[in-house]
Amino acid sequence: MAKTGESDPIIKMRGVTKRFGKFEALKSIDLEVAAGEVVVLLGPSGSGKSTLIRCINLLETYEDGDITVDGIRVEEGRALRQVREEVGMVFQAFNLFPNLTVLDNVALGPVRVRKMSWDAARKRARTLLERVGIGEQADKYPIQLSGGQQQRVGIARALAMEPHILLFDEPTSALDPEMVGEVLDVIRGLVDGGTTMLLVTHEMGFARKIADRIVFMEAGEIKEIADPDTFFTNPSSERARAFLDAVLNH
Amino acid sequence: MDIVSTFFNIDVLVRYMPLLLEGLWRTIALGFLSIVLGLIGGLILAMGRLYGAGPIRFLVICYVDVFRAIPVLVWLVIVYYALPFLGIRLSPFASAATALTMISSAYTAEIYRAGIEAIPRGQFEAGQSIGLSTFDLMRDVILPQAIRIVVPPLTNNSINVMKDTALASVVAMPDLLKQATQAQALAANPTPLIGAAILYLILLLPLVRLVAVFEKRLGRSARR
Repeated sequence: MAKTGESDPIIKMRGVTKRFGKFEALKSIDLEVAAGEVVVLLGPSGSGKSTLIRCINLLETYEDGDITVDGIRVEEGRALRQVREEVGMVFQAFNLFPNLTVLDNVALGPVRVRKMSWDAARKRARTLLERVGIGEQADKYPIQLSGGQQQRVGIARALAMEPHILLFDEPTSALDPEMVGEVLDVIRGLVDGGTTMLLVTHEMGFARKIADRIVFMEAGEIKEIADPDTFFTNPSSERARAFLDAVLNH
Repeated sequence: MDIVSTFFNIDVLVRYMPLLLEGLWRTIALGFLSIVLGLIGGLILAMGRLYGAGPIRFLVICYVDVFRAIPVLVWLVIVYYALPFLGIRLSPFASAATALTMISSAYTAEIYRAGIEAIPRGQFEAGQSIGLSTFDLMRDVILPQAIRIVVPPLTNNSINVMKDTALASVVAMPDLLKQATQAQALAANPTPLIGAAILYLILLLPLVRLVAVFEKRLGRSARR
């Protein structure tokens, strides 16, 4: 694998098309993301935002086009695990492992994938849990935690693999309103860490604050890519304007 | 001839108890072996069915369907009386263990499959997203959760296998039932049969109760 240069995008998507039967969820998507960039995907539900980021670690297969991550083509086969080791994901429904303690949820990946010892991995997991503000919950089981705490475990679990890229699939959509802030704070804390981030969210204010670029999608297509100030004050597409009117003026 | 001396003749029972107990141990050995091998075989079949390549999946489906459809007794008789024509000659115990294991595997395969399919997709995705191999994903995440779901139906299946061991008497294996019918003939009294029935109950009633306890516990944790 060739070392990627500064200007070389860490994620490249070319003509990516995803179909569910006859329905085209993604229509020939082209997108490049630079290393260290924070990209927020916005758009109405069903527009393909989640599907797009799920293609990057192949939780969703795509029929046409291709995706490369750090120069590795994303497809079934030996290289797939390499891609998944580099790409962390935080899920809307947390998807913590209920049979493991919080600590082992975070330690499992490094032990099994990076062949770290349980002792070393748990020690690191504790540090990560402290970093996301729930060090004292380490020995509990996920079900004993609040939604906000569970999502912070989800973030720590993804971080434990030291990924170059983090994907956030609506990380606060399943949370009670009072817990959204604590999770957004943790995500904000990760920006500037040099990790490339793709985030699907409905939190407009947050998107505007942390994004380097906004990608606006509708009906499986990218309708507009802009820096956040331009996008929120003066979007160029009619679609984006209508979307912003609907979500901001209520 | 009163009922007690006919069906509950203590003298007869005591005289033939060693014979019955000998049969009971053989029944337990046969049942236990078939249950354990069936649990292992079923897990392998379930993995083949869920994650195997196309042809493997097809073969597993054929196997599972055929061995759930065929009567245990028919398959047992085939293994014992028909296989020798192919040069495969198994002892009564080996025949019975083979037949019971093959059929039990088909049932447990379906139980495991249902248990694994009951685990939410997000669990698989979370495991894959941190780069776990299929083996690690199964061992650390999916199976520990699936086990809780499948323990009651697996216990039920184990009870059925234990009961089906009585069919082995047909191929001249001296299991509990065979010993009891022999004792009955020798004593000219049906008490040994009643004794055997009671021994089966002592063996299996606790297991039946256990399934109820498991199911209650599972129901409670699901509601939590």
